[in-house]
Amino acid sequence: MKQAQFEKQFESDWRQLDQQLAMLEKLRPGDLARDAELYQLPVGYRRVCHHQALARERGYSLSLIQRLDDLVLRGYRQLYRPTLPLAGPLKHFLLVGFPQAVRAQWPWQLASAAVFCLSLLLLWALVRSQPDMVYALLDPATTEQMESMYHPQAEHRSQRNASDDITMFGYYIYNNIGIAFRTFAGGIFFGVGALFVMMFNGSFFGAVAAHLTNAGFQQPFFTFVIAHGAPELTAIVLAGGAGLRLGWALLAPGPWSRKDALRLAAAQAMTVMYGAFALLLLAAFIEAFWSPRQFEAWIKYSVGSVLWLLTLGYLFAAGRR
Amino acid sequence: MIDDRQSLRTAEGATLSLVPAGILPRASAFLIDLLIRTPVYIGALIIMATRGGNATGLMLILLFLLEWFYPVLFEMLRHGQTPGKRLLGIAVTHTDGAPVTLNGSLLRNLIRQADFFPMLYLTGFVAMLTNQRFQRFGDMAANTMVVHVGNSRPPQQISVAQTCPPDWAVTLEDQQTLLALLERQETLSAARRQELCALGWPELTPAQAEQRALATARHLRGLE
Repeated sequence: MKQAQFEKQFESDWRQLDQQLAMLEKLRPGDLARDAELYQLPVGYRRVCHHQALARERGYSLSLIQRLDDLVLRGYRQLYRPTLPLAGPLKHFLLVGFPQAVRAQWPWQLASAAVFCLSLLLLWALVRSQPDMVYALLDPATTEQMESMYHPQAEHRSQRNASDDITMFGYYIYNNIGIAFRTFAGGIFFGVGALFVMMFNGSFFGAVAAHLTNAGFQQPFFTFVIAHGAPELTAIVLAGGAGLRLGWALLAPGPWSRKDALRLAAAQAMTVMYGAFALLLLAAFIEAFWSPRQFEAWIKYSVGSVLWLLTLGYLFAAGRR
Repeated sequence: MIDDRQSLRTAEGATLSLVPAGILPRASAFLIDLLIRTPVYIGALIIMATRGGNATGLMLILLFLLEWFYPVLFEMLRHGQTPGKRLLGIAVTHTDGAPVTLNGSLLRNLIRQADFFPMLYLTGFVAMLTNQRFQRFGDMAANTMVVHVGNSRPPQQISVAQTCPPDWAVTLEDQQTLLALLERQETLSAARRQELCALGWPELTPAQAEQRALATARHLRGLE
């Protein structure tokens, strides 16, 4: 069959599929009309797949082949649309998938936690024994700001109102989750980015805690940070571990090519990142609405300790068979 | 033929041909998306500066969502296309041609930060030069690529004129070359057409060779 004949015979099929696809491409995933249209699609799609194979086999002109290729690709993209995850997978993820994924990556998570904790302890010991060392890490303006924030007689802490809480909630989401995402992405540079963030945050936290303890402000500081620290510090360490996992795939890809190793590692690391994201949302909520409340120190310490036990217990024990 | 087209076979036996989008369309799409987001950023900053209180917190959440999830939202709801990509006729797909999944979209957009490092996508640019699919690191990790979609030209009418059957056993390659000449004759200058046709019929004058080539092409296409 010559090309002109072929075109004349099947032009209407191609037009029809094109219109159908144009319509589907305008609809959103949830629309009901979509299902009705999708029902019609496979027949037209298969027919055009057949025409495409014929056109290639018979060496028809490139523009015709291109046109059919295009229809096939668009049809394929509609037929094989992913379904968005819903409640069931979410529940399974929280109860089983996330803690399992963290444990499956234990070498990297352990490395990330170790770097964070060692930097923290090192700076804590250093600043406790030699108070002036805090200025090696923090500039005087930052230390002054920290001192005024956690001064036991500070006025702002008793006068905090609801709108401040919401402002801080927004700030914690914007800032902390951004840091976690950047830590993860930075891991792709052979893990260096993630290690740096772990070291920096550990040192910063250790230095600030030791400095405020030196100044005698330990009670306001620790009662503020203990509760949200559980999900927040854990999530930052997890993001660092996920980042290290990426970097390790590039450093030591094992039997795979570096690109394949990265792809496989990223799929695993992503599971941890979803969990870290959830933990940071929780942390922002606690930090904005619970941490600034003024209660007896023992209440805040108990609630904080329970949160730490829950967070770590969840990661170690949940989802075991 | 030399091009960067990737041909894949689907389960139906159809051929998917993916044309990776290069640096220029992708950078343009990014700039358009940035332009679309800019008024929202400015609006949010103005509200934060003037209203304060609750509004600041909500605007910070908005900025967070815009910064990290703007591409994810559109890639999920708009078939792999942010508004910028839509204007440029490009879309995100997995490397097997399937539409991008939520996991893939999130992953490629989180690692965007590393691709941007140290500035203006320098890392991503270098990564794109190392592979045939023009994948930046985010694409490699998520197993995605950016392809051209829906940019085939509408069919053109070719006038019926004198035809001439070929006097040799035509191969598929000959046929496609002649058909391409027929379709693209308007875009070539007369001198260039004649020069090309003379390669096939060196014994004729260039003008005759052109007539002969086009007549043979019309015959092959079936315009009688």
